[in-house]
Amino acid sequence: MPSEMVKPAAHDEMRRADGGIFPAYTHYAQWLDAIAPETLKQRHLEAELLFARLGITFAVYGDESGVERSIPFDVIPRILSAQSWKKIEAGCIQRIRALNAFLKDIYFDQEILKAGIIPRQQVVGNAMFRPEMIGIPVPGDIYAHVAGIDVVKVDEDTFYVLEDNLRTPSGVSYMLENRRMMMRLFPELFGRIPIAPVDHYPDLLVEGLRAVSPRETTNPMVVLLTPGAYNSAYFEHAFLAQQMGIELVEGRDLFVKDEKVYMRTTEGPQRVDVIYRRIDDDFIDPLAFRPDSILGVPGILSAVRAGHVTLANAIGTGVADDKSTYVYVPEMIRFYLGEQPILSNVPTYRLSLPDDLAYVLANLPELVVKEVQGSGGYGMLIGPTASSKELSDFRERIKANPDNYIAQPTLSLSTCPTLVESGVAPRHVDLRPYIVSGKEVRIAPGGLTRVALKEGSLVVNSSQGGGTKDTWVLER
Amino acid sequence: MLSSTADHLYWMARHFERAENTARMLDVTHRMMLLPDSKTEPDLAWAAPWAVPLVTTGLASAFYELYKEPSTHNVLEFLVTRSDNPSSISGSLQAARENARSVRGAITSEMWESINATWLEFKYINPDQLESGKIGDLFDRVKLRSHLFRGVTVGTSLHDEAYHFIRLGTFLERADNTARILDVKYHILLPSVQDVGGAQDYYQWGALLRSVSAFEAYRKIYRDVIQPRKVAELLILRMDMPRSLHACMDEIHNILNLLPPSAQGAEVRRKAGELHARLHYGRIEDIITSGLHEYLTDFVEQIGLLGQDVNRSFFSHDA
Repeated sequence: MPSEMVKPAAHDEMRRADGGIFPAYTHYAQWLDAIAPETLKQRHLEAELLFARLGITFAVYGDESGVERSIPFDVIPRILSAQSWKKIEAGCIQRIRALNAFLKDIYFDQEILKAGIIPRQQVVGNAMFRPEMIGIPVPGDIYAHVAGIDVVKVDEDTFYVLEDNLRTPSGVSYMLENRRMMMRLFPELFGRIPIAPVDHYPDLLVEGLRAVSPRETTNPMVVLLTPGAYNSAYFEHAFLAQQMGIELVEGRDLFVKDEKVYMRTTEGPQRVDVIYRRIDDDFIDPLAFRPDSILGVPGILSAVRAGHVTLANAIGTGVADDKSTYVYVPEMIRFYLGEQPILSNVPTYRLSLPDDLAYVLANLPELVVKEVQGSGGYGMLIGPTASSKELSDFRERIKANPDNYIAQPTLSLSTCPTLVESGVAPRHVDLRPYIVSGKEVRIAPGGLTRVALKEGSLVVNSSQGGGTKDTWVLER
Repeated sequence: MLSSTADHLYWMARHFERAENTARMLDVTHRMMLLPDSKTEPDLAWAAPWAVPLVTTGLASAFYELYKEPSTHNVLEFLVTRSDNPSSISGSLQAARENARSVRGAITSEMWESINATWLEFKYINPDQLESGKIGDLFDRVKLRSHLFRGVTVGTSLHDEAYHFIRLGTFLERADNTARILDVKYHILLPSVQDVGGAQDYYQWGALLRSVSAFEAYRKIYRDVIQPRKVAELLILRMDMPRSLHACMDEIHNILNLLPPSAQGAEVRRKAGELHARLHYGRIEDIITSGLHEYLTDFVEQIGLLGQDVNRSFFSHDA
């Protein structure tokens, strides 16, 4: 093989280039060496059966045949050292504090725009900016109560933030169920390795939600609003509602009267204080946003504006997790917190800038291009693995609407040992920790590790054939 | 609790109970077919053995839109595997599971696992296996799953409002089914109550009792040969017979009194109380004199109306 064809190997989180084992994996690697591959495969089958029986499934949009599928689960955990986690945790908390400050600012004084740090048009011209929220106070000045920040690792101690998810981030139920599954399949490992627990996430969440009740009451009514049983993340909605002991409601279960929100119960209307909503802004209120939405609650915006109900996350957070706003987050951290960012952004080209656009068009095969408001891995181009047809199609789409895209260098995501057909092999992973903001900003150790199961693939989204792993944060 | 949650819980239970009752009904027909020269009343075309379950379930016209003959294969396919028939066993289990899925936060994990595992088990029944000797096993498994689900419900869920709505669904469905089974069988077996059956009938009556798990109870209570009059008494009036109309109405009556009081709920309670009183103070002689068939038909109708009232009073989505 000519030497220029050999790509530099990605950083593997277990095995050093020289074959040695990183300290975080010492115990696990010994155990893995001793176990027969057949046993692992057996456990893998067990896990699949259990997931099907438990009905832990997601729906794939555009797939007519199977309404529900289990998400592929890998029985080999991803292990993070206490030190790595400390950095990720501090970085995520810092980022969320800055993003909440940013949201408060743009819906009130707009200092960051006045200071010229972010172009005004970038914010007020953004489709996700909601003028309806200007000057409307929200309890605790918290907008993004629940956030998922996608973090990737490229070498032993370099992490990048890929994107912030501040609208209705999903996947946390897999974090919890994966852990339960691992404890069921490999109880012996939990005695041997000091793994930080994640089970308390629903408590963090419900505590955070109760803390933002607009009413002074000892027992605020908190509900989870789902689009319904046919939504791809429905399992998660039902699971979280159950774990938190709150009602799972659909739009038709709620109504607004005198700018207050009530739910219809067998004993008549009951007042609702906090709504953990898993419906996007566009669909939340047909009177204010999309009139054709049958998922939302007519008039709910008026209740928010009157200060009678708290939506988590608040309306209008989308402007802060947009991929074109993402590039300004390090500046926000400096501006609002006076701190240096703990986690770096991936260098990002904004195709609205002519120089960046020219560079990206000339170097498309080396870059990753994303839609500014895309999510779930849809509408994304991975240059190095794209066919020439995909490249030329994408080139046309970019030229037609450059503002709609950003581009980033293809990162060499770290890999973790993963059970595949041929045995145990390295596969690329990312990490989504979940951050809850209530009285304080809190985070469950770990998060959801997503793994690209195809060899060499960098796309970890479940909708695109990715799987998940349990994430172990070592306590020492 | 949410009206829509109550609605789903109630229907979850009804559909599961319906799957069990359909299995019971088909099982008894299947067993009767195994008897030597199982008879067909020559003047009753609808009483051809496999046509009976169609009449009992009230699905005969839907069936004849799809099939010509009530053959073993056709009837079993229609009532066991066809998912486009919402009252077939797999259709009922599918509907039960869909309802459970919509409120899985409101039921315990054990209940959800039980209902989901049942659905997975019966989702892919190969229709070709229906005529093999295994069909009896299949009915047994449906019954077993239903027992399991009921047990898990009683044993794991809070005995709160959600539980009451689940039980309400179970007993309304069961009352309806027992009345239907008894009516149709009685009609075929003994068009006139004064008729005296032969040895053949003994098996038929035995099969009817078994289909509602009442054979052993009959023996224990009456210590007598099987007499149609006593069968009717057992399945209609005995309060201690778990699938009798009286026992079902007893449960329904009690449950309605446990539900939160509301203006519309009053009418449901009144109706249920009236139906209950008729069973509580009724005498089998009077029922038979005024016509058993008429009595049962009326009961099925009243149960249907009661179901509609439950819908209106508790699940209506109007504010």
